[in-house]
Amino acid sequence: MIYGMIYIIMGVISRAGTSVQFQSTLVVAEHTNDKLTPLTLNAISAARKLGDDVSCLVAGTGCAKVVEEVSKVLGVKKVLVAQHDAYRGLLPEELTPLILASQKQFQFTHICAGASAFGKNLLPRVAAKLDVAPLSDIIEIKSPDTFVRTIYAGNALSTVKCNDPVKVFTVRATSFEAAPVEGGSATKEEVTSSPVGVSEWIEQNLTKSDRPELTSAKVVVSGGRGLKSGDNFKLLYDLADKLNAAVGASRAAVDAGFVPNDLQVGQTGKIVAPELYIAVGISGAIQHLAGMKDSKTIVAINKDPEAPIFQVADYGLVADLFKAIPEMTEALKK
Amino acid sequence: MSARVLVGVKRVIDYAVKIRVKPDNTGVVTDGVKHSMNPFCEIAVEEAVKLKEKKLIKEVVAVSCGPQQAQETIRTALAMGADRGIHVEVSGKDYDNLGPLQVSKILAALAKKEETSLIILGKQAIDDDCNQTGQMTAALLDWPQGTFASEVVLEGDKVKVIREIDGGLETVRLKMPAVITADLRLNTPRYATLPNIMKAKKKKIDVVKPGELGVDLTSHLEVLRVDEPPQRQAGMKVETVEELISRLKEAGRM
Repeated sequence: MIYGMIYIIMGVISRAGTSVQFQSTLVVAEHTNDKLTPLTLNAISAARKLGDDVSCLVAGTGCAKVVEEVSKVLGVKKVLVAQHDAYRGLLPEELTPLILASQKQFQFTHICAGASAFGKNLLPRVAAKLDVAPLSDIIEIKSPDTFVRTIYAGNALSTVKCNDPVKVFTVRATSFEAAPVEGGSATKEEVTSSPVGVSEWIEQNLTKSDRPELTSAKVVVSGGRGLKSGDNFKLLYDLADKLNAAVGASRAAVDAGFVPNDLQVGQTGKIVAPELYIAVGISGAIQHLAGMKDSKTIVAINKDPEAPIFQVADYGLVADLFKAIPEMTEALKK
Repeated sequence: MSARVLVGVKRVIDYAVKIRVKPDNTGVVTDGVKHSMNPFCEIAVEEAVKLKEKKLIKEVVAVSCGPQQAQETIRTALAMGADRGIHVEVSGKDYDNLGPLQVSKILAALAKKEETSLIILGKQAIDDDCNQTGQMTAALLDWPQGTFASEVVLEGDKVKVIREIDGGLETVRLKMPAVITADLRLNTPRYATLPNIMKAKKKKIDVVKPGELGVDLTSHLEVLRVDEPPQRQAGMKVETVEELISRLKEAGRM
């Protein structure tokens, strides 16, 4: 009875935002059945800023390997496992009831995922079902109810207080360190939901590449309209190989058909923050800068000295890329 | 051919404008700034009009929530080929608090009222960058969702959607009614011609209040402040490739 009273009092304190003790967070894991997607580790780090009670949901058709992987991640206390054919393709119509059932059982104060195509597709659906307003792509956690996110293509920072009983948000991976993949020993628990059957996953066509994944690469070499053709992107691939870099692109290069859409860096493409970003033949439109201006060092190679990209570049080279890039690749061979 | 499509359109600051944060940190300056239809909404309208031109749907209804000026955005959609408009009038404090949760409640209520078989929205608004409204509308209606669509094919009572995902593309098939959100690559929106702009003036825009749709606009989000992002230090120009490489090596980046 007395303990109950104490719990109630502390619950009130925690709701007032003065304590983080009673926060419990569910991180929805993104994976390919074989492997955990790296940005889930960044989401776990964000969750740990809210308190120690971090659970991770792994749903899929055959996810034993991923469950093992997640249970060793430092800071994960519990792994909720949901294995069923209905979770093929991780459709939001099927995952939402599963998350709602988990929420009903465990009463999380926070539900989050990485701000990838997966997280952006799923979490707003969950939030609407809980009748709460979600927060997209947060870059900072000020307190359990106060978050920072960018608006207007990264040209303003908005600090938002969420007064909903459950906070649902997606995490910008580049703003939080990845959680260590060792040192954890989470317990496992099964969760279930009934298949909904209003949508069907048909297939995926993934762009194959041996290069590092764009959003987590340490070095990114990006090309724009200045490359003039898809064939000329080979110049960038050669340079990227010397630097063990991922290759990105501006919208202009994607729209012109030089490279596939999933290489697009920007407000509506991927957000990257590598140690080194080399922008080649990219003018630097607001929408492109939104996706790369948090890179530690930015290099611009452009023949137009007035290109806006030079305003954010740490090192700018005004030169013809068709000469400068092969020269650079050659110099790095030595 | 009985299907009706609802298209959501949002009026936002034009994509080419360099925005300014208000000195009192309450938001960004919108007065006297050029506004246009959100680029992703233009793509949604274009897709709906194309479906109508292929005679796969009967009627395209353009909806916008906001103050009086939202009607200009609806007129643009009408000039692109939408049949009629619905302006959900929201102003003052309610408009300041209007977010994806409130808009999705409005859209869900309208979808039921208008017997809609498809809702097409943009994948995100370029002002709040939320990327939530389509997903939330689908949830409230318990309809399937085809987000970030780069191709939409109607197949009887189903719709096949090719989606842009992180590693490439993904194909899903949804039972209609459904919600689709448009990615950049779905199509190239047409320009409204002068005759069509003139014709659009005769098309009907119904004005409704959220209350008439049974939607409560209460918001539990509070924007505490809006700030300028940190500015990057001015960089330097280098003369040659060798100099560039040596600078990067010195900085420990290579």
